Amino acid sequence: MSRDLDELYQSVILDHNKTPRNFHELPPPASHADGHNPLCGDRLTVWVDVEGDTVKDVAFLGNGCAISKASASLMTAAVKGKSRADAMALADEFQKLVTGRLEGAAERKALGKLQALAGVSEYPVRVKCASLAWHTLKAALAGAGEPISTE
Amino acid sequence: MADEGGAAGKRVSGEGNELIVSTSTTSPRPRVPAVGLDVSSIRADFPILGTRVDGKPLVYFDNAATAQKPLVVIEAVRRFLAEENANIHRGVHYLSERATLAFDAVRDEVRDFLNAPDSREVIFVRGTTEAINLVAQSYGRTTLRPGDEILLTTMEHHSNIVPWQLVAGQTGAVVRAIPITDAGEVDLEAYRRMLGPKTRIVGVVHISNALGTINPVAEMTRLAHEAGAVVLVDGAQAAPHTPVDVQALGCDFYAFSGHKVFGPTGVGVLWGRASLLEAMPPWQGGGDMIHTVSFTGTTFAPLPAKFEAGTPAIAEVIGLGAALRYVRGVGFDAIGAWERTLLARATEQVSAVPGVRLVGTAREKAGVLSFTLEGVHPHDLGTILDADGVAIRAGHHCAQPVMERFGVHATARASFAFYNTLDEIDVLVRGLHRAREVFA
Repeated sequence: MSRDLDELYQSVILDHNKTPRNFHELPPPASHADGHNPLCGDRLTVWVDVEGDTVKDVAFLGNGCAISKASASLMTAAVKGKSRADAMALADEFQKLVTGRLEGAAERKALGKLQALAGVSEYPVRVKCASLAWHTLKAALAGAGEPISTE
Repeated sequence: MADEGGAAGKRVSGEGNELIVSTSTTSPRPRVPAVGLDVSSIRADFPILGTRVDGKPLVYFDNAATAQKPLVVIEAVRRFLAEENANIHRGVHYLSERATLAFDAVRDEVRDFLNAPDSREVIFVRGTTEAINLVAQSYGRTTLRPGDEILLTTMEHHSNIVPWQLVAGQTGAVVRAIPITDAGEVDLEAYRRMLGPKTRIVGVVHISNALGTINPVAEMTRLAHEAGAVVLVDGAQAAPHTPVDVQALGCDFYAFSGHKVFGPTGVGVLWGRASLLEAMPPWQGGGDMIHTVSFTGTTFAPLPAKFEAGTPAIAEVIGLGAALRYVRGVGFDAIGAWERTLLARATEQVSAVPGVRLVGTAREKAGVLSFTLEGVHPHDLGTILDADGVAIRAGHHCAQPVMERFGVHATARASFAFYNTLDEIDVLVRGLHRAREVFA
């Protein structure tokens, strides 16, 4: 198996790593959840401000590798304005993307900029880096106060 | 130097020719040429070092996580399973007798390896982690009282922290962390001040897996003994790199793992003073550790069996024996000299890369280089280096208090063994420059 580093570290990922979007807290009444990958020590917090059924605003803070940071940053941009159900569905689609289970070209295209993280599927140990923000988002949307863990 | 005659087989009994514990698969030859170590000949002993990663030669710098295995170890395990496998200390049949003799012979070899006074003090366990848990649960749980203190250095591996926290929770004892300096050395002044009448146990890592620091274990033990405390030394990183003499160190317990000293996983050693071990209760019950069993009461076997309930990792112990013979055959003088050369070169070249910060700059260091690279998370660095075939560890190294002490979330760690080369360090350094370019 030959893996291409450029596939993994695409310019959009490097850009979001360097300049993460929505990289701040949200004031109450936004709810939040903490995510932790105990294997590597990555930690992040995701805030969601849901009005009615719409994710009005979403933001994050945390420390992690380029993959986890870029994934979180791209995520915030992708789910802002979506309905709660659509955001949850997108999380599931994203999980398929990074685990190499997203088959159709149309499905991939529907993920927009998130496709930049497709290269992660070639690096099984890095999948958790990309997933952490999304797991945390789901926890924040569910309003669960418990910290979530990749383990 | 070649104090054990290389990897040659060792006869364990004079009763015939068949009781050769391990055979050498390499022809006897001087392992130490006039100057330094014959690294290319050493490398030929390790089949995995011929691995190619995406077409590039493997550069294995993750030796502190686990070391690679020489053919003599692989062959010893294979041969035992193919020709001698039986349970030990039970059967009267041919195979069981052979297996028992081979197994027990390794206990004597471990005694020699540690310069321990008595083979009965050598307890086979799963690894360093289990050894420390054994001491915490057997010695600690029965001797600690509320308010008693367990002193651990800030640079301990989680395996020498968590077992003590568990027993502290059970007994009301208190765990206190001995501070370390900015260089990653134990703050001996602070340690002296912390020692006192409440100190019962001192836990110290001989060589830090996260920093490479070689701790002044003998001096720390002397001070602990003056305060009336016992000392457990975590030797997981020391056993592969430096001669260990438990009598010279003066410690009370010493633990190491087979897999870090070029042997199999699943086996390790706890050495303890006989007087302490004899007074300690068993920590696991089962077969092999009893004298007599009845429902009105059970009596326990003497050392070492008292602490070895159930069938041990027999083949792995045989492999450990072969590993210890191998490493002593190479010789710790030669190993130490070469690993210091590797560390010096790596330290010089890696720290010259812009943005590199070394974590762990103790005066006495083993072959561990822990560092961060500005703008590149250690995990990304690990992936980028892997593309060049370079295996390093990225993360907190199961030493989160160390990370906290140095204000980092993770580091990249290159850890060396005597089969590594200077050329491999060049590959690492080129990879660091490449990572900087990717993340520029």
